[in-house]
Amino acid sequence: MSAAAVPAPDPAPDDVVLEARGVEVEFVTRTGHAARALDGVDLSVRRGEVLAIVGESGSGKTTLARTLMGLERPTRGEVVFGGAPLDYSFRGLKAYRSRVQMVLQDAAGSLNPRQTVYESVAEGIRLHRRDRSDEQGRSEAELVAAALAESGLRPPERLFLRYPHELSGGQKQRVLIAGALALRPEVLLADEPVSSLDASIRGEILALLLRFRQELGMGVAVVTHDLGLAWNIADRIAVMYLGRVVECGTTEEVLTAPRHPYTQALLSVVPEIEQLEPVVLTGEVPDPSRIPSGCRFHPRCPKLADGTADRAGVAGDCVGTPLPVLPATGDHRAACHLA
Amino acid sequence: MSASTPALTPRQVTRRRRADAVRRSWASFRSHRSGLFGLALLTFFLLVALLAPLLADGEGLEVTKATGGVLESPGSGGYVLGTDENGRSIVTLLIWGSRISLFVGLLATVISMVIGTLVGLMSGFFEGWPARILYRVTEWFLVIPFIPLAIVLATVLGRSLINIVIVIGITGWASTAMLIRSQTLSIKERPYVERARVLGAGRWHQMSRHVLPNVMPMVFANTTLTVALAILAETTLSFLGLGDPTRVSWGSMLEDAFDVGAMTTGAWWYIVPPGVCVVLVVLAFTLVGQALEEIFNPRLRGR
Amino acid sequence: MSAVPETALSERTEPLLDLRDVTVTYRTSEGPLPAVRGVNLTVAPGQVVGLAGESGCGKSTLVSTVLRLQPSGAKVEGEVLVLGQDVQTVGWGALRALRWAEASIVFQGALHSLNPVQRIGAQIAEPITVHEPDLGDAAVQRRVEELLEQVGLPGARKRAYPHQLSGGQRQRVMIAMALACRPQLIVADEPTTALDVMVQAQILDLLRDLVRDLGVGLLIISHDLSVLADVCDRVLVMYAGRVVESGTAAQAFTDPLHPYTAALSGAFPRIGDPAARYAPAGLAGDPPDPRELPPGCSFAPRCPRAVDRCTEAEPPLLEVAPGRPVACIRVGEP
Ligand SMILES: Nc1ncnc2c1ncn2[C@@H]1O[C@H](COP(=O)(O)OP(=O)(O)O)[C@@H](O)[C@H]1O
Ligand SMILES: Nc1ncnc2c1ncn2[C@@H]1O[C@H](COP(=O)(O)OP(=O)(O)O)[C@@H](O)[C@H]1O
Ligand SMILES: [Mg+2]
Ligand SMILES: [Mg+2]
Repeated sequence: MSAAAVPAPDPAPDDVVLEARGVEVEFVTRTGHAARALDGVDLSVRRGEVLAIVGESGSGKTTLARTLMGLERPTRGEVVFGGAPLDYSFRGLKAYRSRVQMVLQDAAGSLNPRQTVYESVAEGIRLHRRDRSDEQGRSEAELVAAALAESGLRPPERLFLRYPHELSGGQKQRVLIAGALALRPEVLLADEPVSSLDASIRGEILALLLRFRQELGMGVAVVTHDLGLAWNIADRIAVMYLGRVVECGTTEEVLTAPRHPYTQALLSVVPEIEQLEPVVLTGEVPDPSRIPSGCRFHPRCPKLADGTADRAGVAGDCVGTPLPVLPATGDHRAACHLA
Repeated sequence: MSASTPALTPRQVTRRRRADAVRRSWASFRSHRSGLFGLALLTFFLLVALLAPLLADGEGLEVTKATGGVLESPGSGGYVLGTDENGRSIVTLLIWGSRISLFVGLLATVISMVIGTLVGLMSGFFEGWPARILYRVTEWFLVIPFIPLAIVLATVLGRSLINIVIVIGITGWASTAMLIRSQTLSIKERPYVERARVLGAGRWHQMSRHVLPNVMPMVFANTTLTVALAILAETTLSFLGLGDPTRVSWGSMLEDAFDVGAMTTGAWWYIVPPGVCVVLVVLAFTLVGQALEEIFNPRLRGR
Repeated sequence: MSAVPETALSERTEPLLDLRDVTVTYRTSEGPLPAVRGVNLTVAPGQVVGLAGESGCGKSTLVSTVLRLQPSGAKVEGEVLVLGQDVQTVGWGALRALRWAEASIVFQGALHSLNPVQRIGAQIAEPITVHEPDLGDAAVQRRVEELLEQVGLPGARKRAYPHQLSGGQRQRVMIAMALACRPQLIVADEPTTALDVMVQAQILDLLRDLVRDLGVGLLIISHDLSVLADVCDRVLVMYAGRVVESGTAAQAFTDPLHPYTAALSGAFPRIGDPAARYAPAGLAGDPPDPRELPPGCSFAPRCPRAVDRCTEAEPPLLEVAPGRPVACIRVGEP
């Protein structure tokens, strides 16, 4: 069902469609502190490529995806689409959102409980009058049916009148994907598309994302904490920690030869039978209102704790010298004093 | 529907969806025994109010044409519930009084629901100073005491039926607005509203397609509760002598009864029936309202 | 005070939990819904047993019968023996003594199982004060702090409200509550679903330590076979209310015999395995509605290996190798 997909030909850097340049996003917390959920992110999404954004919860993945979607405005830096900075006027955003789409994190909550499947999928088509601009002259109902069928819900007419509570988790996720797909976006952002779904459904949804990349040349950015998912479908991986990209490269590079101790720890805890010695990090991602000095990962870093950093003579840097923001393009790179 | 069904037009889809929703709500309403009882009671009172001219001769309300004796007790002279101090049949008064009480109650409710829903939606959905001002105004209306304001307004506007409707309407909307506001605040944070934004929807679309349809059921359920309150308010105001002096309502009956000292003379038939009617109508609306609230508010609904 | 027979505690060879041919049927407006059909399962002291299967296959329903917590509209047949007593038939007093103190459940959905307006310390203290009413207030508080530290949270966190905790911390609190009365059997329903990999590893570590240090029996429910393979001794795989395969964790994960187990095990790729690149594996379709099970093997409509014979009769759970019962007529066929 999915073996047909083949690796994308190495996309040239000028295939970049969507970019984050030095994006910072600050929230004011209830206590009045500024929490910097994104602290300078450079990232690019290319045409016909699946990019996986991975990290623990709280590392800023959702905030990044929402910022790329224009739902959050960067306090510093900019989002660049097709070479031009994002226009945050209502018209600008509407035009942008017909070309970049997103599937939100919570599939169960993202469907209006009072709308049928038909209405949910038709919403984008109506907002952008896609039935009038369709090259093949298809009606709204035909467009909805086509989007549902492409998302693997066949026969689509049978689902038209269903309400969200009558759908399984996997079906809800497919309806959401169909709603985004109906607009034929150039870039699709998917926030944890399978983390709330059963293991058995997972593969089908991932195969769907691969197909969009393959057949429609879409750029896909998948937010996930699941490295197996990245291994399944991603061409490139950006590992995030506390609002920064800490390691970036092709999937093979990052997952088979991780350079950042954080990536190594994440990899070691993927449950498997015969696995690496698991490095279970203690605690969780710190609160972004108190970003540690030096390397932001140093308080939890196993390489600093076991003296590896000290032997390499960088322990002082780890605690005291901040690392530069990783560039969006280039080879396998990691923001670590040891790397 | 099978796969061979020809593609439905959007309008057909919408119509089917509505019919479906109504059918489902009715099915779950029918399983509420107390709600059904309330609905039956309500239907009875509405029929009485609508059919008043058929049930009792309107001339029976005129003091000059009264045929009975003063405060005749029930049963005597063919008066089932006796007569008032002017010799009018209590039954006739009750039947015609239901018209005024229900009319005032329903119309005042419409006014307070419209104001309350609009203000609640606006102050909940929008951010910034206009919303804050609306919120302050609502809070202010919530705490100003009802009776003194009603007395002031009734004095300024004069004693008429429409004025009493206005008085009850503009003093009663604030609690509705608060309820709608809190619902709106919670619904606008739902992921499906954010999804609409992702799809390119503006504020108007989000509000009309997602927020409003999801608060409407609450508005609907709240309406019936508000009617009950409005009828009580009408009774109170009429009892205090602020109602329309030319028309009979249950409240004005109670006022007259107290004026002639029905309490002390033991003419219970002049006091109890209007009182019972008010209680029953309020109960009926409350029961229906509670049932609706339970149907529409998923958190109260079991699986 | 309670009517617990002493035999339950003296016979240590006895399993902590022994489900014998358990069947659970919900009464619904659209007719009877068989959620669990003839499940056999045992958990011994110090043993970790895993129950895998996708949502709707009856895992939570089975869990609810362990402490007779199933809704009143559910009919339970078969025997549910906890420490030798049939939970479904014992009197209320014995059942109360059993709940929390002998066996406890970590319910699915940590966020919704905690009371949002009560401090977590008070919620952990509740079962303790119910079961040990003579314990002084200070002793209870000490116990609460110990429990929190046992699950890796600072004792001072007892003052926090649930919303002030992260998902992983809430799950730890749920585990602390389950440990409150020192039970011998713990059932954890989807303890790591919706947690990220690092927190999942932390919670699994914690559960493993508890089994090792306290010698409790643990039944873990999950839809993720790789998680179970990581911590369990034995794994049972459920589909549409029935157990379709069981075996040691390694057998079920690396050498699945039932096609459904194979699909579950293949859902999570081995990182570094070139065959899994650009080839996510999954199962087409949705699990059947328990009210309208397909004829024969209920997995047949989704099964890549199904043949006509599969729809003739429901395949029995047969032991194809020592300790490897499988319900598939095509086991061993090419
Ligand atoms: N609207 C918000 N207000 C305040 N803080 C927020 C908000 N959204 C996210 N954050 C904070 O930003 C950080 C990153 O969150 P998020 O982007 O959701 O991470 P992830 O998706 O990787 O789990 C978290 O510490 C979170 O608490
Ligand atoms: N209280 C209930 N009443 C009726 N049916 C129920 C009830 N609880 C669960 N079910 C049904 O029983 C089946 C098994 O559910 P459940 O035990 O929750 O599965 P799992 O935990 O494996 O996801 C499902 O088909 C579900 O719809
Ligand atoms: Mg997230
Ligand atoms: Mg469950």
